[in-house]
Amino acid sequence: MHETRTISLTVNGETSTNAVPVRQNLVDFLRNTLGLTGSHVGCEHGVCGACTLEVNGAMVRGCLMLAVQADGAEITTVEGFADSGRGADLRQAFVDRNALQCGYCTPGMLASALEYVEGGGVADRSAIREHLSGNYCRCTGYQSIVDAVCDVIDGRARS
Amino acid sequence: MSGPQTIFDKPNTYIGKSVPRADAVRLTQGRGKYVDDIQLPRMLHAAFVRSPVAHGRIVSINVSEAKAVPGVTAVFTGADFVGQVEPYVGVLSHLAGLRSAPQMPLAVDVARWTGEPLVMVVASSRAIAEDAAALVEIDIEELDPATDMERALDADAPVIHAEFGSNLAWERLVEAGNPDAAFARDDVTVVERRFRFGRHTGVTLETRASVVEYDPSERMLTYWYSGQAPHMMQFILAKHLGLPEENVRVVSQDVGGSFGIKIHTYGDDIATAAAAKILGRPVKFVADRLESFLTDIHARDHVVDGRIAVTADGKIAALAFDDVTGIGPYSMYPRTSAIEANQVLNLTGAPYLIEHYRARARVVFQNKNMMCQYRAVGHPIAMAVADGLLEDAANEIGMDVVEIRRRNLVRDDAYPTVSATGMKFDDLSHHKSLDRLVEMMDYDARRAEHARLRKEGIHRGIGLVSMVEVTNPSPMFYGIGGAPIASQDGTTIRLEAGGAIHVSSSVTEQGQGTNAILAQIAAGVFGVPLDRVKVTTGDTRSTPYGGGTWASRGAGIGGEATLQAAHALKQQVLEVAATILQSTPDKFDIVDGHVVDADGGPPRMSLSDLARTVYYRGNELPSDLSPELVATRHYRVSDFPFVFTNGAMAAEVELDPETGFVKVLNFWAVEDCGRVINPQLVDGQIRGGVVQGIGGAFYEECIYSEDGQLENATMADYLVPMAFEMPDIFVAHVETPTKTSVLGAKGAGEAGTGGAPAALMNAVNDALRPLGASIHQMPMTPERVLKALGTV
Ligand code: FES
Ligand code: FES
Repeated sequence: MHETRTISLTVNGETSTNAVPVRQNLVDFLRNTLGLTGSHVGCEHGVCGACTLEVNGAMVRGCLMLAVQADGAEITTVEGFADSGRGADLRQAFVDRNALQCGYCTPGMLASALEYVEGGGVADRSAIREHLSGNYCRCTGYQSIVDAVCDVIDGRARS
Repeated sequence: MSGPQTIFDKPNTYIGKSVPRADAVRLTQGRGKYVDDIQLPRMLHAAFVRSPVAHGRIVSINVSEAKAVPGVTAVFTGADFVGQVEPYVGVLSHLAGLRSAPQMPLAVDVARWTGEPLVMVVASSRAIAEDAAALVEIDIEELDPATDMERALDADAPVIHAEFGSNLAWERLVEAGNPDAAFARDDVTVVERRFRFGRHTGVTLETRASVVEYDPSERMLTYWYSGQAPHMMQFILAKHLGLPEENVRVVSQDVGGSFGIKIHTYGDDIATAAAAKILGRPVKFVADRLESFLTDIHARDHVVDGRIAVTADGKIAALAFDDVTGIGPYSMYPRTSAIEANQVLNLTGAPYLIEHYRARARVVFQNKNMMCQYRAVGHPIAMAVADGLLEDAANEIGMDVVEIRRRNLVRDDAYPTVSATGMKFDDLSHHKSLDRLVEMMDYDARRAEHARLRKEGIHRGIGLVSMVEVTNPSPMFYGIGGAPIASQDGTTIRLEAGGAIHVSSSVTEQGQGTNAILAQIAAGVFGVPLDRVKVTTGDTRSTPYGGGTWASRGAGIGGEATLQAAHALKQQVLEVAATILQSTPDKFDIVDGHVVDADGGPPRMSLSDLARTVYYRGNELPSDLSPELVATRHYRVSDFPFVFTNGAMAAEVELDPETGFVKVLNFWAVEDCGRVINPQLVDGQIRGGVVQGIGGAFYEECIYSEDGQLENATMADYLVPMAFEMPDIFVAHVETPTKTSVLGAKGAGEAGTGGAPAALMNAVNDALRPLGASIHQMPMTPERVLKALGTV
């Protein structure tokens, strides 16, 4: 039950080596061991999307992956996006549109929205809603989030 | 009210402007500070063993194996807390006759709902605590459960608290005029319906969470709390853990959604505090999603038999209903579980002129999780019953649903008025709001389009609601009944040496933007740029005493206290300025961080100059001047029990009679919440609220088996509104400021949740009517729609 394995991984550009319990999921490891509390836990069963983060270039659910599976991986969390400036226009659009209230869904929502925007998604409200349908938000009613994503796509198209 | 009536026209006011929230920037960068983010030295983690049955006598508990697990610090049973925690009882004296039994954080003899905490394990990690919890052996003798609220009062139903002799917790009857005579008139049409409102719950994305630290050397308990009412919690922890109130500090930082869920007393949270006190070490408890579904308060769960009588010209002759609601095995502490039924009695039909009225509510115990106040307490039931009956009656007499409202809504120039149930109303705008709604949604054209589409086999429907929302409660809500819940709130504003101001207030932030609007009010009224305002809320040690944010009171009550404090500080600063500039205060104003001449002209002195003179170089001031650069004001609503807002909403749906699926195509909301401080934030409240209302109307339901097992306690099984199914929501405002304050703001946080279900149900029935079917049960699932159509 308390078996551990040693893993090395790069998170937000920093490489570290840690002994992790084999049963620990990735988001718990990031939050509790590395102190990256920006990724949130809403359900621990892969439904709410609050734990969404980037592993080797793909947006995944940090609660559905074990930390040991991330051995050798490149991971970016909301803290990493903020530090590097990637998606700065999206974060600004979230602020301008008030696309967050309590902010608990926001790190995961931003990750999914970034995936859509960087993947060449178009400013189509229904398509955006469909893409974001794996991320639960109890506060906003989603409309302001869709507004923010549309703004960013329009903004990137203009520049 | 005394105060600066002219503030709203000042060039430097921020009131009425959609300025972005300062907090939002931080939260987009992963810099939030939620309770589970807290790590303290020597912190322990709690896990709970919960009752596997809805009703059972605890025969024995064996914790020896659990205690032996390496890393386990302590294991507590209910009996271990006897003498450590004073039991609590969820009753209030103004709800005459309400009864409930004493509760302990962990059940002592009898478990009364599935999920009730029985044993607490405290260990060095949550994983170890859970491992050990699995080794606790509990022998429970199952007792017959009373789960069905409609049978809970039957003579042969198992009685949950033997000392009461029945499962009746509370009953109230309200009667006005002569409803029997009105229903018996031969010139009225009577419509009768049975409404069912399922149980649902808040599903805050951040679950309930507590970190509690106790320092025995000072007997000081600090409780980091994901919640809405820090001072209430301070009282509760002090009283039930036997500490002086001043030895309890409650801190609420970022809260990941609350909606009323996190404003109650939960056994696992109290046990966490008790364990921290006993062990002298910090203890963290974060509910997992299963624990949330099993124990976060549930809401609604009503069966209402309603009747309306209308005359041929559409006048409501009488309204009557009987409400039964199941609240679980206890009334929740300290707000009680009778408030929702009470609101239903008070608010049903409130927008309309109704002379003859009868309403009865019976609140019953049952072996399910406890029911209590969740966003829009009672409103969805009250609005759906009244407006559901009204629209059905309109169709019965062949009248348009807008027209029948126009004939019955209280006139906009009739206020102040008192409703049949004794509610005092003022400054409402039902007609104006309805007119605005009809215009915004292009009502007539849409009706015509629906008629045309129906011929093509496309089944659309429109439904409306005219509503009121209880906001800005006075002491008549809780304080009068003996609850430790403040109705007044306070704000302290301090001029900093650098010329900025610091606002500290007893209302709290859970994402609505409370901090932002307090800053807007303070900046505008006092006269500094918005970025020179810092706000502190959510700390009993450093804020004035107050109630927190619930019942849509943050803006109306906290906002007014802030306005008054900013105004007072401004007068104080101008007195100092006048002395320094050798004139009188009335000759000056404060604009953009500077003292200026009241009649314009260049700045005379910056606020930082003034503050530094006072703080550092007091020798330059006359010795008889005692400058005070801090001001505190408190505010409560005193002329009315509540300040009501009103609104009118409409839904447009499309029904697929083959599958029973309903798509919400459009939703419109017109809200009159008085003075709008930040339109973007208010619109966010309305949209988020409407979407929660859509959840209750179509998706969300806590499904229990006959024997009291919650069958859908995962997020995969309990459906919540997700982005794809939600419509865009059109919002408009009518602004009728309340006269109870200078600010004139009423609440806006709950109207969407309170009104949307009624409009949606009416819309579905509008689509079903030509098919000869109707539905009065929520959530309106595809299965229920098909049953209504008679196809399954
Ligand atoms: S916590 Fe991972 S999806 Fe909910
Ligand atoms: S902002 Fe609260 S859950 Fe999305």
